[in-house]
Amino acid sequence: MERIDYQQLKAGEVNLGTSIMAVQFSNGVVIGADSRTTTGSYIANRVTDKLTHVHDRVYCCRSGSAADTQAVADMVTYYMQLYSQSTGTPPPVHTAASVFQKICYENKDQLSAGIIVAGWDKEVGPSVYNIPLGGGLFRQPWAIGGSGSTYVYGYCDATYQEGWGRDETVNFVKNTLALAMSRDGSSGGVIRMCVITEEGVERLFVPGNELPKFWQGTEVLAAPKGKAVPPEPQVVPMAVE
Amino acid sequence: MTSIGTGYDLSASTYSPDGRIFQVEYANKAVENSGTAIGLKVKDGIVLAVEKLVHSKLLVPGANRRIQTVDRHIGMATAGLPADGRTVASRARDEAASFRDFYRSPPTLATIADRLGHFVQMYTLYSSVRPFGLSTILGAVDKDGPALYVIEPSGVFFGYHGAAVGKGRQLAKTELEKLKLSELTAREAVIEAARIIYLVHEDAKEKEFELEMSWIGPETNGQHVAVPKDLFDEAETKAREALASGFE
Repeated sequence: MERIDYQQLKAGEVNLGTSIMAVQFSNGVVIGADSRTTTGSYIANRVTDKLTHVHDRVYCCRSGSAADTQAVADMVTYYMQLYSQSTGTPPPVHTAASVFQKICYENKDQLSAGIIVAGWDKEVGPSVYNIPLGGGLFRQPWAIGGSGSTYVYGYCDATYQEGWGRDETVNFVKNTLALAMSRDGSSGGVIRMCVITEEGVERLFVPGNELPKFWQGTEVLAAPKGKAVPPEPQVVPMAVE
Repeated sequence: MTSIGTGYDLSASTYSPDGRIFQVEYANKAVENSGTAIGLKVKDGIVLAVEKLVHSKLLVPGANRRIQTVDRHIGMATAGLPADGRTVASRARDEAASFRDFYRSPPTLATIADRLGHFVQMYTLYSSVRPFGLSTILGAVDKDGPALYVIEPSGVFFGYHGAAVGKGRQLAKTELEKLKLSELTAREAVIEAARIIYLVHEDAKEKEFELEMSWIGPETNGQHVAVPKDLFDEAETKAREALASGFE
């Protein structure tokens, strides 16, 4: 099968060069995303909502092509509505994730979509599923995605711990996304988050001027003082005979 | 039935003037001629039992089974035309497999009963087809616990604690009503199911019969399987004893 060059998508396509994330905690999940949508170097939307409703307690975080992921999310939303109407119960997160996976895998040649599905259900409580580019399906305690995620894998590995409550998890998501947004040129804007529990869905918003700050390296460093500067090596013109 | 014939019974797509579909009622008659099938929904599982009438001594024992498996956790017992039972079972398996394929999780019995109900009902609408001469007892242990449904030839289906279809259904139902189904274990229910099948079988009128039993419960790891031989033999022995003592 021919490989797809995801770096070189259709000219003028709108992309979610993105930082997205979902983390499960004791009685819910926290999902989060930046808000940048780009067409090449132009920021098409700086307040995008990449946290998309799929069912009452199931959301997804979208990365990749905006058009593709919106279309796939719309399809899954329809199927989950059908599921809850015909069974009389809300769909488990696993069910929604499976349908996402099926669509992403069967159309992997036409799609560029990296999706994280997360939510709460009666059977297993909180859960997070990652569906990366090829259309695999992986359950994880936490998942990060989009172009910005590559910069913060180490931070997540070093920071995440099991047994967190809501507030610690929200802080983890907020800090991770702020770090990813500061290093990734295709991520930025504001942070949007959702806390999904049995009780409901709470939306959180962090404006761009209130993002958590980390080391920023603002000073321009001068040459070290008080020490002898080694002499410039002498450059002698080559003798030509 | 009071009004027979008069031209309104030639097609399933024609109502009689008083709003009945005779072909569906005749299908019910086909069920009434069949050996009894019962289903018990108890606190930790499901038991299905069938009185399979053996019309020839030349038949291989255990042939033409009337209990079939739909999915790992779903079983069904039928009363009526055996060939129709195979068709409905085949459709049930297709539905269960397609659900698994799409949602990547085992279907609930409510979903399968709903889809099969629609399937059966489609055969009551057209002059080119005949309704199924079949009542189907579906049993499963799914994520919501034990479940039991009966689908009738018209396509209607209901959930039950205990179900009986076929020739001896009336007597079987009164026996089922005497039991405290929600307190029984699956193992106890197997004994009761065998007793009821032996009780409703009319020795004098009928030919030989074979008892067929399957169950789903903690001892089967949630899977629909035939009742193991030791328990089956125990249940059959006790059923014969109960019948003998009842005649004293």
